[in-house]
Amino acid sequence: MESNWVYTDKVKEHFMHPKNVLKDDEGFKPDGEGMVGNIKCGDQMMMMIKVKDDMIIDCRWKTYGCASAIASTSVLSEMIKGMSLKKAFKLTPKEIMQQLGSLPEHKIHCSVLGDKALRAAINDYYQKNGMTDKVCKEEAKIICQCMNVTDHEIEDAVLEGARTYYELQERTKLGTVCGQCETEAKVILEKYIKEHFK
Amino acid sequence: MKNPKIYLDNNATTPLHPEVKKALVEAMEVFGNPSSMHEFGREAKTLLDSAREKVSSFIGANIDEVVFVGSGSEANNTVLSMLACPSKHCCSFQSASKKIITTKIEHPCVFETAKCLRDRGIEVDFLDVDEYGKINIEQYKEILLRGGVSLVSIMTANNEIGTIQDIKMLCHLAHKHGSLFHTDAVQAVGKIPIDVNDLNVDFLTLSGHKIYGPKGIGALYVKKGISFCPLIRGGHQEKGRRAGTENVLGIIGLGKAVEMRSKEMAEEEKRLLRLKNLLKHGIEKSIPDIHFNGHPDDCLAGTLNVSFSGAEGEAILLYLDMEGISVSTGSACSSGSLDPSHVLLATGVGAEQAHGSIRISLGRETTQKEIEYLLEVFPKIINKIREMSTAYVRKDK
Ligand code: FES
Repeated sequence: MESNWVYTDKVKEHFMHPKNVLKDDEGFKPDGEGMVGNIKCGDQMMMMIKVKDDMIIDCRWKTYGCASAIASTSVLSEMIKGMSLKKAFKLTPKEIMQQLGSLPEHKIHCSVLGDKALRAAINDYYQKNGMTDKVCKEEAKIICQCMNVTDHEIEDAVLEGARTYYELQERTKLGTVCGQCETEAKVILEKYIKEHFK
Repeated sequence: MKNPKIYLDNNATTPLHPEVKKALVEAMEVFGNPSSMHEFGREAKTLLDSAREKVSSFIGANIDEVVFVGSGSEANNTVLSMLACPSKHCCSFQSASKKIITTKIEHPCVFETAKCLRDRGIEVDFLDVDEYGKINIEQYKEILLRGGVSLVSIMTANNEIGTIQDIKMLCHLAHKHGSLFHTDAVQAVGKIPIDVNDLNVDFLTLSGHKIYGPKGIGALYVKKGISFCPLIRGGHQEKGRRAGTENVLGIIGLGKAVEMRSKEMAEEEKRLLRLKNLLKHGIEKSIPDIHFNGHPDDCLAGTLNVSFSGAEGEAILLYLDMEGISVSTGSACSSGSLDPSHVLLATGVGAEQAHGSIRISLGRETTQKEIEYLLEVFPKIINKIREMSTAYVRKDK
């Protein structure tokens, strides 16, 4: 059974023995806290961080979701300990995924929430500590609600070679559920192709 | 129990019955083409005929009313696709208007085919179901009353929640309004008594691997006198209703499988019901905040579908898998789409509950010891998942 598990050993390890899960009775006092996602969509994540000298010194999380959602939050919680806020803020889903080895294609959407929860927690920390100037608004705008794809990700896909709507879908899975985002996505796709390649 | 291997996904597929295995091994020697007139061919033909006799008598049909096909999906596709045959000479569904009624909880091989027909210009109504998965009869009558319905296709028992429909009554209503009636009975045949004469259906689908027979074999009952249009054309096999050299081994296996079912079914139904109740009460007692999906009484004896609030289905499935227990989930995540089970959503349970559902389906090899083992590990697993969940607040704290 082990050998043909759908996930890598790393995912399995984190799923079986998740690290830094918030225990309800441990009295963890976070300096910043962020929650993203929606149970209706099957994924929700909460990240809590403790900060000292602009560094994340400890964290806790909770996740509602499948094995890959649980594993990616767990691995993220290990990655960010000892990381500067600045660096942590820039973490991408891709980097989290790389830490896990890989994820099955259709599971990739499960790992995209971790970094968002983390950014929400960091912003919350800045806000609470009067560093409102540092609060980075998520300028990224979600274009595809269903697959959680932002304009930034569309730009990345374009930079990685997507030129048509179909290729964009191949990379981001955007527009594959309700399809409502198609028109807007096409406009943005054209915009970035023009911006970078024309 | 050390490293157990407990299979509780019998609605997905079943292991071969030992008697079926034996019959297959014996039949392995036979390789003749049943269409050939020589001795080798005749030998195969004899076995095939005997299997057809077993299958037809098992469902109360005449011998020539049973068409062997490659799967339940193929049988279902065949029936529905008849509506879209573009040929002028097609002799099926002569009615001028082409309209079908089906339900929101059909198996994808009906559901998707119906959607495809809709895209091809055929009017399709998908019936709603209530919270237990029972068809909305008022809506059904209303659509029938509007007229012009050429085919109704409603499954006998649902694969995910086990709910059983009153096919006899639904079929009677359809006939009263002049439409043909098909039932996908893949999950029902061999589990509950099915008699095509009693039900009076025009088409009925069954499959081998759900009842301890081989995979890749199904059968379609076509009532005598009902016009028919084959999905697979070319040869004269199956009286021209399904071309392609017969899957002789599969058919022999299916024949043996139904033969064994006729001996074991009634007793087993009682046994499974007892085990399911043990499981159900055990879960109820040891795990808070759960919800059983499907009909409390009109339900397959071996099917239990349960939702756990705050715990996602795939996570539950995989933790159980680590303990050697195989179940299935209606969660979207495991299937790769984002929408959770269309069946559960149709019963109105809400997306969260649907995401957190598990289907436990028992079979002839399931033992009480296995159920007890499941009950032993289950609460710990749910607890572990809930402890890391954003969506669960323990009420006892
Ligand atoms: S918004 Fe993009 S598929 Fe629904």
